[in-house]
Amino acid sequence: MGVELPPFQRLLDEHGAALYRFLYFKVGPFDAGDCYQETMVSALRAYPDLKSADNLRAWLFTIAHNKVIDRGRSSQRRPVPVATIPEQPAAAVDVDVRDDELWSAVKKLPDGQRDAVLFRFVGDLTYADVGATLGCTEAAARQRVKEGIAKLREAVK
Amino acid sequence: MSIEDTLRRTVAPPAFVAPANLIDVAYTTIDSPIGPLLLAATRRGLVRLGFATQDTDDLLDDMAHRLSPRVIEAPKRLDKVRRELDQYFAGRRHDFTTPLDWSLSKGFRQEVLKAVAAIPFGQVRSYKEMAKAAGSPNAVRAAGSACGSNPIPLIVPCHRVLGSDGGLHGYGGGLDVKRRLLTLEGVAFRE
Repeated sequence: MGVELPPFQRLLDEHGAALYRFLYFKVGPFDAGDCYQETMVSALRAYPDLKSADNLRAWLFTIAHNKVIDRGRSSQRRPVPVATIPEQPAAAVDVDVRDDELWSAVKKLPDGQRDAVLFRFVGDLTYADVGATLGCTEAAARQRVKEGIAKLREAVK
Repeated sequence: MSIEDTLRRTVAPPAFVAPANLIDVAYTTIDSPIGPLLLAATRRGLVRLGFATQDTDDLLDDMAHRLSPRVIEAPKRLDKVRRELDQYFAGRRHDFTTPLDWSLSKGFRQEVLKAVAAIPFGQVRSYKEMAKAAGSPNAVRAAGSACGSNPIPLIVPCHRVLGSDGGLHGYGGGLDVKRRLLTLEGVAFRE
């Protein structure tokens, strides 16, 4: 046997909570549970054929990302164009925001920014992995995250 | 709390229900009078029983590498063997009916273990007898190491194999466990 993969249960235990959180912000509280189940079934089906045990977390998030696209939920959202990017505070700013409020703000972000923000902070992926998953450069990923977070701060303040 | 931290805040996901056809190795851990036990089964049958002396993560890794990485905690699949073990420890069962999967033992070792599996409750055999039963009367030492490598102890009762002097020799779960199992079965042994 080529690559030695860990037991799938360990992926569930280590990455399940973050993956569910990611889906919560992608498809909302009502569909996150179904989407989580479907993502894990797809992952479990494909798992034995995986060629590398590196970065299984990013692999799971890619499957979740594709699952959401397959379900066609992206098209149901209507991103609200924002004319200008607000000025950015240097450090993280304290806000008091509920999950559902934050979700409302997250779903209004343009696709590229929303995915970059979610991969970075919910998925805890590196900027390099965010770029690889979204098919852009690391620098572009960084820029998208920066702009996305700025818009979220603006939206919830 | 910042936007970033609010995003990072995790909540418990709903329990993942794996389709039965995608679980290649189902496992659970149970409590027993001899400590926690790991039970693992493939579709063919029980493939592994682990003692508290063995690291659960190591056992799961080993099965993921040697059998399939589709290793999922699925206690219901082990319900039958768990019930039979409860009855055994309560002195109400002498034979296990659960099917076995021998995939984790090979060649001569598997032959020895299949002979061990036929030793009835409350009886003992010597390593020499096991070597003979497996077709190599002189391979006494190899028969001993086959028992030592037993992936399904208790159910494949290698605790019923003693030295020709009636001594305990070794046991994967620790000699104290071997003593307790033989005592439970009413077997005399030499310290």
